Amino acid sequence: MTGTLLSIRGLTKAYPGVVANDSVSFDIQEGEVHALLGENGAGKSTLVKMIYGLVKPDSGTMTWRGGEFAPPEPRAARATGVAMVFQHFSLFDALNVAENVALGMENPPSMRDLAAQIRSVSENYGLPLDPDRIVGDLSAGERQRVEIIRCLLQDPKLLIMDEPTSVLTPQEVEILFKTLNKLKSEGTAILYISHKLEEIRTLCDHATILRLGKNVGTCIPSETTARQMAEMMVGDTLHTPTRSAKEEGAPVLRVNDLSLSSANPFGTRLKNISFTVHAGEILGLGGVAGNGQDELLAALSGEAPTEAETITVNDKPVGHFGPNERRELGILAAPEERLGHAAAPDMSLTENALLTGAIREKLMNNGFVDWNATTKFAERIISAFDVRTPGPTSAARSLSGGNLQKFVIGREVLQNPQVLVVNQPTWGVDAAAAASIRQALLDLAAEGAALVVISQDLDELMEIADHFGALNEGRLSEIRPALGLTIDEIGLMMGGADASEGAAA
Amino acid sequence: MDLSAINPVLLVASLMVAATPLLLAAIGELVVERSGVLNLGVEGMMITGAIAGFAVSVETGSPYVGVLAAAVAGAALSFLFAFLTQFALANQVASGLALTLFGLGLSALMGQGYVGIRPPAMTRLDIPVLSDLPVVGPILFGHDPILYFGLLLTAAVWAFLKFTRGGLILRAVGENHDAAHALGYSVIRVRVLAILFGGACAGVGGAYISLIRVPQWTEGMTAGIGWIALALVVFASWKPWRVLLGAYLFGGINVLQLNLQAAGVAIPVEYLAMSPYLITILVLVIMSADKSGAPASLGRSFHASQ
Amino acid sequence: MIVLEKRPEPSRLLSMSTPVFAVIVTMIAGGLLFAALGKNPFEAIRTIFWDPLFGEYAFYYRPQLLVKGAPLVLIAIGLSLGFRAGIWNIGAEGQYIMGAICGAAAGLALYPSESVLIFPLMVLAGALGGWIWAMIPALLKVKFGTNEILVSLMLVYVAEQLLASMSLGLLKNPQGFGFPGSRNIAEWEAANSWIAQDYGMHWGVVAAMIAVIMAYVLLNKHILGFNIRLTGEARRAARFAGVNPTRLILFCLGTSGMLAGLAGLFEVAGPSGQVSIDFNVGYGFTAIIVAFLGRLHPVGILLAGLLMALTYIGGDIAESQMGLPASAIQVFQGMLLFFLLALDLLTNYRVKLAMKGTA
Repeated sequence: MTGTLLSIRGLTKAYPGVVANDSVSFDIQEGEVHALLGENGAGKSTLVKMIYGLVKPDSGTMTWRGGEFAPPEPRAARATGVAMVFQHFSLFDALNVAENVALGMENPPSMRDLAAQIRSVSENYGLPLDPDRIVGDLSAGERQRVEIIRCLLQDPKLLIMDEPTSVLTPQEVEILFKTLNKLKSEGTAILYISHKLEEIRTLCDHATILRLGKNVGTCIPSETTARQMAEMMVGDTLHTPTRSAKEEGAPVLRVNDLSLSSANPFGTRLKNISFTVHAGEILGLGGVAGNGQDELLAALSGEAPTEAETITVNDKPVGHFGPNERRELGILAAPEERLGHAAAPDMSLTENALLTGAIREKLMNNGFVDWNATTKFAERIISAFDVRTPGPTSAARSLSGGNLQKFVIGREVLQNPQVLVVNQPTWGVDAAAAASIRQALLDLAAEGAALVVISQDLDELMEIADHFGALNEGRLSEIRPALGLTIDEIGLMMGGADASEGAAA
Repeated sequence: MDLSAINPVLLVASLMVAATPLLLAAIGELVVERSGVLNLGVEGMMITGAIAGFAVSVETGSPYVGVLAAAVAGAALSFLFAFLTQFALANQVASGLALTLFGLGLSALMGQGYVGIRPPAMTRLDIPVLSDLPVVGPILFGHDPILYFGLLLTAAVWAFLKFTRGGLILRAVGENHDAAHALGYSVIRVRVLAILFGGACAGVGGAYISLIRVPQWTEGMTAGIGWIALALVVFASWKPWRVLLGAYLFGGINVLQLNLQAAGVAIPVEYLAMSPYLITILVLVIMSADKSGAPASLGRSFHASQ
Repeated sequence: MIVLEKRPEPSRLLSMSTPVFAVIVTMIAGGLLFAALGKNPFEAIRTIFWDPLFGEYAFYYRPQLLVKGAPLVLIAIGLSLGFRAGIWNIGAEGQYIMGAICGAAAGLALYPSESVLIFPLMVLAGALGGWIWAMIPALLKVKFGTNEILVSLMLVYVAEQLLASMSLGLLKNPQGFGFPGSRNIAEWEAANSWIAQDYGMHWGVVAAMIAVIMAYVLLNKHILGFNIRLTGEARRAARFAGVNPTRLILFCLGTSGMLAGLAGLFEVAGPSGQVSIDFNVGYGFTAIIVAFLGRLHPVGILLAGLLMALTYIGGDIAESQMGLPASAIQVFQGMLLFFLLALDLLTNYRVKLAMKGTA
């Protein structure tokens, strides 16, 4: 089957203060895997939401097999043959797999028939799944399967996948690619959204590259180098962080056999986690999302206190301390979720500076806040980390993701931590801001702080970490020197291959 | 004191009557909460339904038209709540309180000319032979139609939530409104409909008090039943049949304390009268350990930003 | 089609002006309501809002403004602390009753002593009564996670029954010829709360002013106030900032209960004068409207409390002079809260008209 399946001409969508898509045009052929490549914030998500009927374009047209295509709502798009696997899963934790699948279908059969269909499709495509299980209990990889099966049951002509591999281990990625190739061979076109160049080179037939909402070029990935694609995507050459060679310092942070239940009913329980971080060292912790990252950060920041001896800093037990007692000792943290966790969205930057800086920056006097000093602290963060904002009275939510992240990281770095724990320091941040955040973390380590960087971006971890470990279902793999680790080894660590086995090998 | 004056058969029969307004209001609120909305205005909608049903019954002479009017009045009031919380994105707790304060005032205003009047009576079910059976007759076959309607409604809501697509969508919206929106379901529409249903149920529940249970109109006559209905939904872990169980339990306690008052037990009247509220607190405490049934989006505003 | 667009920051100007708009819109809607009741709407509005302040008998009504406003402000200040943190004490009416009962009981136990310590003792007992009544939902919430909204509300009904029991039993005036109700405390020199009755001044007014100032300092200058606001804005961020939610719940509920208890005590020892079955008139609920109308801000609450007091007084006048039903004022107050909540939208969102289905 050849010919054009979906043709996009001049699609434009503007939001207040930002043009998400600026006159984007490209074609998707029948039965091809078409990549949509671009940085965070390049407008990929808005574009696919328009194809899926979730967002209406301001101008521009789409044609589907030569006919006009303007889905007013997702239901219409699904009826035409468009299916979508979301980046942030559109699943319902408290419902079971079959119910979740039914919700994504127009005319679902009875629950019993549906369960049978789910079983057969899941076997057919090598995606094992039990229709009766509650989705909240599934792993990230399994949850993605639910989404994929939900799409496949509708026999789509175009399958949209939004950053599907960000939640998978390398081994799971391989399985996914097999599934996608099988679909392609059956004639299904796939629109594959990613910023991971190697994936696109192995999988995709054509690529459309977006930068700041504009289509800046197309290419055939297999005939283009990753470097060429990266330059199209970013638009200029990047400043890569520099590392200064250093010797390992004294051990600072020790975690001894930490086990902790999650505060969230569908969260992950931490199981027997032990590691040591030395002065000047960055420990990178990888792993697929939802394997205990949030819980580990909460345990280290003091939001979830535990037994005293399980966490020690310079041999002082701190496990039972809350966040502020730990801050007094120089143990700081920056959580993943910027709005609502690391910062209060509707509060000003000054107030957000007070949020974690009150103690170490001495912004209080007998409980009374010294607002002048707090404003100065906020201004210091803004200038030192090049946070683009009108000033410290701006509300946190008025900042772009990258700028707010710089503020959040800067707030902790400027407090001279002995230990700094960060989760996803550059998630959803543009490349320039990400580079400057990584550099700040490297500088901090060079000054002798002990850092734990939790991230799902393996490239980032390989770039800045001295040692690497991976979280899997609340367990920590063996910690190994980052230098010289192969992608296969990392994959095994992320997949939860037994640590002792790895050591014996 | 004469405990023998308490007739167990009549006790059970009147327990069912006492439980019905509670059941109706709670089953409506259950649907509202399963869709992810917390409407604290049940008391206000009930009292408005009570006077609307009463007034229309008196004016038309038909209690059935009155009950219908009560449903409409409750739904109309709940529409204000729906507008505030779903379109104006106001805080649900504050809006619910506003609804209750407004409903209490409105009902007092509407009810001015209706104090001391007897409403037209609703005919009771009278099945030859069956209704005359001893014990079973008065308990199972001797009630007014609304009481049976309440039981039917409980079954219908249970079946709707468990077996129908509409019920699945409603639960999905209550669990994760962002995901439901991403799949193309109209979160606002589902929630507005649920709120209107809840309002209508509360209205009928209120009318049951003024038309059948008491039957007359006095200001503030719902006396916290709307609030107990809210507690009942928590007690029931958001499950319809447990709402029924809870309603009968509370109805039983209430009837028992009234009977004890009448029998002249040595406990002061005031302490008996406060017992339903104290027991509600006790039950809330016992049930608060288990929040597993609570819809995950309960009480959160939804606005499709992009 | 109308489209809502979230503002990057809440508008400060609108945040301050929406309560004023809400009052204006409520006056219009209220006027329509009064007209529907067959009253001249302009006369009714004038009677309610103008006459008590500037009418012929204003000299009599103006002191009433303090008498009615003080408990509303005192209770609303306490409620606003919790509301800011997302802790919903809606049982202030019960705490108000318990403050009155405990305070009056502490005093009456020593009747007819004329010691100067009587009144301070009553103040203490009143505050304690309200505090204990609010600590019940607070402790249940922190121990078992029980919903404080329902528990605090259930306790209103319990308190009302206790009030009935007290006025008919324990606290009944032994020289009252069998009528329900306690001795008249207002006529007891050592125990009444009046400072200058002719001007409406009693200790409750003083307490309300102190509460406004303290709340202002707390919320704007103190870390505890910051933590309260932070918890309301972003619960998870508050946890991250090291806020102890348990302590915050105990503090907010305890303080609001204490202030409501004080309001009850000052009322029973002054304007009301005795513990009686119909002692409570709904200040605890109206204070919820006051708190929101004042934007949970101490100064705003002061103004809103005075406005609400005005509707009470004006409503009374309109009832006696025009035959306007008392419940009409209750509806009026409810409408005010509705319009306020609806108009609130404008502070956080821009309302835009958009063409449907643009190409």
